[in-house]
This record gives sequence, structure tokens and C-alpha cells, in this order.
Amino acid sequence: MKRIEIRARAGAFAENKDTARDLRLNEIVPALEKNEEVVLDFAGVDATTQSFIHALISDVLRKYGSDVLDRIEFKSCNDTVRKIITIVVDYMQEGAD
Amino acid sequence: MKIHLPNSAFLGNLDPFIRGFDASHPDSLEITANDKWIAVHPAVLSMIAALGLTVKPEKINCQPFEAASRHYFVRMGLFKLLNIPSEIVIKEHEPAGRFIPLTQIRTADEQTRFITDMIPMLHLQPEQAKTLGYIFSELIRNVIEHADAENGALLCAQYYKKSNTIRIGIADTGCGIKKTITRSHAADTDLDAIRLALMPGITGTTAQEGGTEQNAGAGLFFIKSIASVNRDFFVIYSGTGFYKLLKKTPARHRHLNADPFTDRHTASSDMPAWPGTVVGVDITLDQTEEFSLLLDAIRDTYSSAVRARRKKPRFS
Repeated sequence: MKRIEIRARAGAFAENKDTARDLRLNEIVPALEKNEEVVLDFAGVDATTQSFIHALISDVLRKYGSDVLDRIEFKSCNDTVRKIITIVVDYMQEGAD
Repeated sequence: MKIHLPNSAFLGNLDPFIRGFDASHPDSLEITANDKWIAVHPAVLSMIAALGLTVKPEKINCQPFEAASRHYFVRMGLFKLLNIPSEIVIKEHEPAGRFIPLTQIRTADEQTRFITDMIPMLHLQPEQAKTLGYIFSELIRNVIEHADAENGALLCAQYYKKSNTIRIGIADTGCGIKKTITRSHAADTDLDAIRLALMPGITGTTAQEGGTEQNAGAGLFFIKSIASVNRDFFVIYSGTGFYKLLKKTPARHRHLNADPFTDRHTASSDMPAWPGTVVGVDITLDQTEEFSLLLDAIRDTYSSAVRARRKKPRFS
């Protein structure tokens, strides 16, 4: 299992898309390629942007399909973070159907 | 170029100020101002700063300001940023809780530092800080990624105690929205391009639904939605195109429109050509909806808009 602590990488306001891209390319995708489960831990993240979450997971959803959500856990998300993740996952699936 | 600071230019009455902008002779800038009083929105300051950085300091001719409110422009850092002399002497005040002076941001790292420092500076409640942080983050990022602006983003903000409002302005002198959007979508005019840029899921980086791995085409839609739900002004100006979301009366339901032209608005396609993009937003803190409730409304509208654009079978 690959665990990624978002606050340690992107701060309490997770908005840097370059950081999100680096996490996706260097940690999330390699873990999924090895059939590992990925835990994205948002503990301590007060807010994020749609752009950050899009850069973090949209290409993973496009590449692996929505079944990849069975292998990714979004942990310790507050209400705001949870809703932004849901928006991104929703529109990626709407666009892919 | 010539720009005149009137006695009042806020988002509600920004149109006449913009119509007075003279974009000819782009190698020089003449700044004149009302002699009695000058009260302007941060978007106006950001515009002047952005224009000023496109010419050499010695090519900026700034008339001495006579208005009683002239100190404001020193405090906001206009003359310092443009490296032009000013005879206005002020006693600097601690800016915390009142304003964010003119700031130039060119990189993602500068953006992250700004967002980290900005939130404490405005002494906001946590929910308000989320909203403001969100707006700044997405607007700055748009400039860094899409504007191709040598001078980056010029921005500032001001808190107005009487109305309990934070007013935000950001300007760039990059390629403008039409050039960005028409990389992937058809738009005949700057206003057509603005309309597309405000729709959810439309990005200049691809015609593909869902965007690219880095861009979804949602940033401006989110910001317009924040202003709409909070019943505040939102202005976007690029090239000759100008769009203003007007204030609206309280509604029982937080309904959002995917097409900005369905919102209560004014628009023009014959403004003096702005060489880049300007965005102004007002956020009335008394009316600021809890950010997570706003996200519920955005989620519904976004998904519906994506579904509506799906290709349908043709029956005959």
C-alpha cells in the first residue's frame, strides 16, 4: 500500500498543480502500475482547489477507468475537500461514459 | 496609451472607466486623475500596474495626483512597482486586515507563497479564507499557465469595512482569452471567447471532454459561481470583450447557470482592446455562503453541463 500525505507535500491549502502532477507521475501511477493500493491522506488539509485535485487524479481516472477508485482511498478529508474530489470524479466519469 | 482615474470606478460603474482607456501608442503610458477625489476598485490599480510594466519607467507620464485620496496609491504600492517617482509622502500603516498591496506573481512557487501569506494578512474567518484563497489561486494560476504574460499577474485586494466587502483585482498583459480558447474551440470575437471560458469544462488546452491531465476548464466557472451564489459582482475583460455578472436578489435555491449569458449580466464586444485579461471580483463577507454548500451547487451544474454537451444520436 502506498500512502501519500498531502499536507506534507502541498500544505494546508493544497493548490499547487505542479506538486499535484509530481505526486501523480512519481508516486500514484507507479504504485498503481505495481498493483498497489494508494491512500491519499488529506489530514490537516483545510482546503484545496478543483485544479489541484484534477491534476492529481483526472489522468489516473482516464487511464485506468473508474474501477481505479476501488484502489484509491481518500482519507481524512474534510467536507470541502471531499466535495471537490467528488466534483472531479463526477465530471471525469460523466465525460467518459 | 492613456488612462484616466475618475473620482469613482468600481465594478458597478467600471464600464465608463474602461471606455476611456486609450490603447494607442503602446510604448508609452500617460496617467491622469480626477483632482478632487479618486476611489477605484483594485482591478483598476491592477490594470494600471500591468500596463505600466509594459513600458519603460521613463516612458510613464504620471500627472501629480491632487486628490485628497492620493495617498492610497502610494500605500497600494503603485509608484514603487512601476519604479516612478512620487512626491506623495505618507506614514506607512500596518497593512494587515485592510489590504493586499499590488503584487506581481510570475511562478507557481511565488503563487504558493502569496496564498500562504495572504490568508493571515486579511484576518478572515476560516470559511471566508477558503473562498478568497480559492479565487486568488485559480485566477493567478490561469495567468501563469495560459496568458503567456511576460510580467505575470498583477493583483491587489482591499477590504471595505462599511460594506464588509473584499474587492479583488488581477490583470495581465498576456495573449488574452480569445487566443487561448481558440486553440481548441471556435470563437469569432473576444466576447465569444469569454463566454466559452466561463462555461464549465471548456478549456483552450483541448476540445476533449474532461480536459487534459492538467486542465479541466473549470477555474473561471468556479469563480463566477462563487460570485453568483454570494450575489456579488464579477467582471472579466479581455481584448474588446467585457462581461459583468450583476448583483442579484437573494434566491431560495442556489441555482447556477453553465452559460454565463443566462445569468443576469451586461456584456460588450466593442471596448477599447485590452492587451491581456482583467478580472475583478467583489466578495461581500456577510453574504459569503459556506464554501462546502457552494460546492454542492457547482457539482450539480457541472455534471449537467458535461452531460448536455454529449453527442446525441441522429435519427431520421
